Amino acid sequence: MEDEEYTGGVVKKFAYVNRRAPYGSIYALEALEVVLVGAAFDQDVSVVFMDDGVYQLKKGQDTSGVGMKNFSPAYRALEMYDVEKLYVEKESLQARGLTEEQLIVPVEVLSRDEIGELMEQQDVIFSF
Amino acid sequence: MKFGILVNEGPYQHQASDSAYQFTKSALDKGHEIHRVFFYHDGVHNGSRLTTPPQDDRHITKRWTALAEEHDLDLVVCIAAAQRRGIVDADEMKRHGKDANNIAPGFHISGLGQLIEAGIEADRLVTFGD
Repeated sequence: MEDEEYTGGVVKKFAYVNRRAPYGSIYALEALEVVLVGAAFDQDVSVVFMDDGVYQLKKGQDTSGVGMKNFSPAYRALEMYDVEKLYVEKESLQARGLTEEQLIVPVEVLSRDEIGELMEQQDVIFSF
Repeated sequence: MKFGILVNEGPYQHQASDSAYQFTKSALDKGHEIHRVFFYHDGVHNGSRLTTPPQDDRHITKRWTALAEEHDLDLVVCIAAAQRRGIVDADEMKRHGKDANNIAPGFHISGLGQLIEAGIEADRLVTFGD
């Protein structure tokens, strides 16, 4: 991780949208790396989890069978980086039989429509 | 308008790099500014000097190199993604004790901060992925 300090003064609304499950592809892990590096730039950050992306936050991940590092604890570090606006799509949770209680970090559950409204407010949207 | 371009997939495997190139070229032809082209995930493979695609089709890496030279573009390959996938410049080669480097001309390796900065500085960040 780099040590960067942004002194430009511009603050934009950044949304990082996660739509894929962890471990099956690199996107979840490398998206998290962008969020963590981006935290040093003092922007107005929201992180959204929808579709299979909701699985990234599931408690009790045991990756021993696939020989990959379980990186889910890193989501708990987001708070320490002042990334506190985490949103999970309600319909995505329901479709997968998941509840808020099964997630490793506190999140705000929003409906699909509300997520849409949130996205409209953003200046920059990264979709992984 | 000032654009930031994000390329998230490798050459040939997905259309992303082609689409990004065509968009970038068109934007420049129309007088827009390209702040940076950032290559992330498998997109870093666009920066390999060692590709030998069939001669009767487009050479994706050389095409980026040529466009960068013509318009003084900033082509940045993410260092973390590059390390993971084996895209190496002379410095990285020394740093990690590798026996070779393979970065293509016109591309350079830098941090994810360059992507965030592009998001801040550009009017629009356009993503090309899968």
